Amino acid sequence: MTNAIPLEAVLMVAAALFCIGLFGALARRNMVSVLMGVELMLNAVNINLVAFWRYLEPGFVVGQTFAIFIITVAAAEAAVGLAMIIAIYRTWLTSNVDNVASMKG
Amino acid sequence: MNTLIQLIFGLLAALIVGSAVMVVSVRNVIHAALWLIACFFGVGALYLLLEAEFIAVAQVLVYVGAISILILFAIMLTRESEGARYMVSGWRLVVTALVCVALFGAVLVPTIFTHTWNVPPPAVATPGSPAPPEVLAGVEDLGRGFVFSYMLQFQVAGVLLTVALIGAIVIAFEERARRRRVLTLAEEHEVRKRQKPARPPATGERAPSPQAAPMSDGEQG
Repeated sequence: MTNAIPLEAVLMVAAALFCIGLFGALARRNMVSVLMGVELMLNAVNINLVAFWRYLEPGFVVGQTFAIFIITVAAAEAAVGLAMIIAIYRTWLTSNVDNVASMKG
Repeated sequence: MNTLIQLIFGLLAALIVGSAVMVVSVRNVIHAALWLIACFFGVGALYLLLEAEFIAVAQVLVYVGAISILILFAIMLTRESEGARYMVSGWRLVVTALVCVALFGAVLVPTIFTHTWNVPPPAVATPGSPAPPEVLAGVEDLGRGFVFSYMLQFQVAGVLLTVALIGAIVIAFEERARRRRVLTLAEEHEVRKRQKPARPPATGERAPSPQAAPMSDGEQG
């Protein structure tokens, strides 16, 4: 498998996914869409970790452990973020990030 | 064999990048969430191609099974009626796109291609004996790592999940006295039908009734 695909190809896919996720997190106005962009970025990082594990240190378990922990943290982040979105919607009756600017100086 | 793997990798890369582009560009949020599920599936298949079976299964369980359902629930609970302004526009859009393209083209790609990754050379078959099999850490090693070397981190992850669960409940909890009653679609239809004769139809804007849950996200202000 490592002979067929160079490491750079996998990293390129992850880099593209990260940049698309960054664009989604910055450009979309809906809070849930912003969270989707963040999830895409976390997935890109995970692809990188698994690729480095597979190509550079396939005999050790560290890379996979890191990926598992990132999945755990992403799940916690999604749960808390969506709870906050629902709480914000209840208070401000909006799910647009531009309308929630009460902390703006 | 190599050609087949390259073909599968190309298809998966196209699926991942294409559905990610759809996630950030499509107007309807529900459609974006469905494209996100496709993207997660593609990433899981890529893990499978990279021979990380456990992570592929965890990806499908956690991302496809849990997070996407959570996102769909949040979309439906906030009842977003997506207007024309679903994305930033004008110079903000230009700056955002520029930042992302510059990050990709000026930072990531040159780094990936100029850095020398110390990829160990593939095992070559010496004449007389076949190539030695590659040692690959599997699920067994992962489980052993979690029980022995990474015990503390494992426990901390458990505590983190518990705290996140409690925190999510506390944040999203609503006291019974303050709870608004969300109307069903049929009731909302009734309310709107009752309101319609009272209002001149030329304005084209519906009035928010005191009991009715708001339909739009306040963008008309």
